[in-house]
Amino acid sequence: MNGIHDMGGMQDMGAIRYENTEPVFHAAWEGRIYAMSNAVQGTGKLKLGLRPPMENIPPLEYLRISYYEKFYVSITERLIASGLLTRAELERGTPESGSEKSDLALSPSAAVAAMMKNPPTRRDLPVPARFQAGALVRARNFHPITHTRLPRYIRGKSGKIVRDHGVFVFSDTSVYSQGEKPQHIYSVRFAAREVWGEQAASQDSVYLDLFDDYLETV
Amino acid sequence: MTTTRRDLLSTALTAAGVAVTPKLIHASDHHDHDEHDHQDVPSDPALRVKALETLLVAKGLVDRSALDALIDVYEHKVGPRNGARVVARAWVDPAFKERLLENGTAAVGEFGYSGNQGADIRVVENTPTVHNIVVCTLCSCYPWPVLGLPPVWYKSAPYRARAVIDPRGVLREMGTEVPSSVEVRVWDSTAEQRYLVLPERPEGTDNWSEEKLAALVTRDSMIGVAKVTAPGAQT
Repeated sequence: MNGIHDMGGMQDMGAIRYENTEPVFHAAWEGRIYAMSNAVQGTGKLKLGLRPPMENIPPLEYLRISYYEKFYVSITERLIASGLLTRAELERGTPESGSEKSDLALSPSAAVAAMMKNPPTRRDLPVPARFQAGALVRARNFHPITHTRLPRYIRGKSGKIVRDHGVFVFSDTSVYSQGEKPQHIYSVRFAAREVWGEQAASQDSVYLDLFDDYLETV
Repeated sequence: MTTTRRDLLSTALTAAGVAVTPKLIHASDHHDHDEHDHQDVPSDPALRVKALETLLVAKGLVDRSALDALIDVYEHKVGPRNGARVVARAWVDPAFKERLLENGTAAVGEFGYSGNQGADIRVVENTPTVHNIVVCTLCSCYPWPVLGLPPVWYKSAPYRARAVIDPRGVLREMGTEVPSSVEVRVWDSTAEQRYLVLPERPEGTDNWSEEKLAALVTRDSMIGVAKVTAPGAQT
C-alpha cells in the first residue's frame, strides 16, 4: 500500500533527533508490549503479520504515535484477526464470560527459545531463479493496496542483480496467510542517479533486497 | 455521510482477495457518531498495555514470567557489544573476516548469536573507497542478534525518509563527512536480510588486542553513520 510507512525519499520529516546513551526501553510498558508481541508470535498461531496493521494506521496517527504504540495496535489487531481475542474483550478488558482459557501461553524458556530461533522464512526448495548475478532488471511499477516490500521510490527503476540470497516465503502473501509463494530474493544495486537524478553523487548507489515477483527483464 | 478510510480499506482489501481484513478503527460506545477516522489510541499507553497484559494472561495467551524473561534478553543479553566482538574478530582474523563477508549468519553463529530479525545477516565492509550505511525505509529492520534493539532515531521518520535520498547529508548531520572520492552505498533492508557494517579499523591499532579493539567499536559505526576512532592510538 502506498502508505505513510513507505517514506523512503521524503524530505520534509525534519532533523534526525539523536539521543546520547539511549536506554533499551524508555518506559517499562514499551518492554511489556514488545515482549507480549514476541511471546504471542512465538505460539505460531497468528494469522496476520506484524506490519499490515501498522501500515494501516492512518497517516496522521502513524506519525503522531510512538514506535511501541504501533506494537499495541499491531498485536491487538493480529490477535483479533486470528480469532484469539474479540474486540469486545479488548474494550472490556476481561475474557468473554464462559469462554475457555487458552493453553497457548509459552513458558519463559519456550518464549525465549521461540524468539532466539531463526524465524522460518527461508525455504530449502528448488525454485528456479529467474535472474543471475550481473543481470539488468527493472523494478515493476505496480501499486498493491496490501502489504508489499517494494518501496514506491524504486518502482520503475533499473538496476543490476548483485547476489541471489536464496529462496524465501513471499511477504506480500504470507503476512495474510494467503500462501508462501516461495521465491528468490535478490540484492539489487541501483545507481543513486537512476533513482534520484542529477542531485545524487554519480558514484553512489542504493541496494534493495527484492523478491523475484517484483522484477522484470530490462 | 462521507466514506471513511476504514470503508475504503475494507473495500480495497476485499477486492484484493484478502481474507483477513484488519479493522483498525475501534468504534467505541462513547463515540457520538460513526465517522471517526482515527485510531482509538491510548491516551496513556502504560495503562492500556497493562490492561492488555492482564487480559492476555486471563485468556491464557501470555505468561507474565515469559514477558520478564524476554525483556531480560532485550535489556541484558543482546546489544551492540555482540556486534563489536564480531567486528574486532574480523579485524584480527582474516579467515574469520572472509567467512563473515561470505555468510554473515553462519559467522556470527560462531559466537552463538542468532534469532529474531537475524534470519539472514549480511555484513558489508567499509574500505577507503566504499562507505556503507543501513536503513529500513519501510519499518525498522535491524540485525538484532548483533546490535540489539534499534535506537529511536533509526526507526524515526527523518532517518528512514532521508537516508536513501541524501545519505551524505544524513551522515554530515550525524557528524561524518564522506569525501567525494568515496562511494556511498545505502542498504535498504526491505526483505529478509539484515545488515551489519564492518567499519574500517582505525590506524595505529596494529598491536591492539581483540578485546581492546572491540571496546572501540560503536553501535553507530556498525549501522554506518559513524566511523571508529581510536583515541589512544599511536599514529
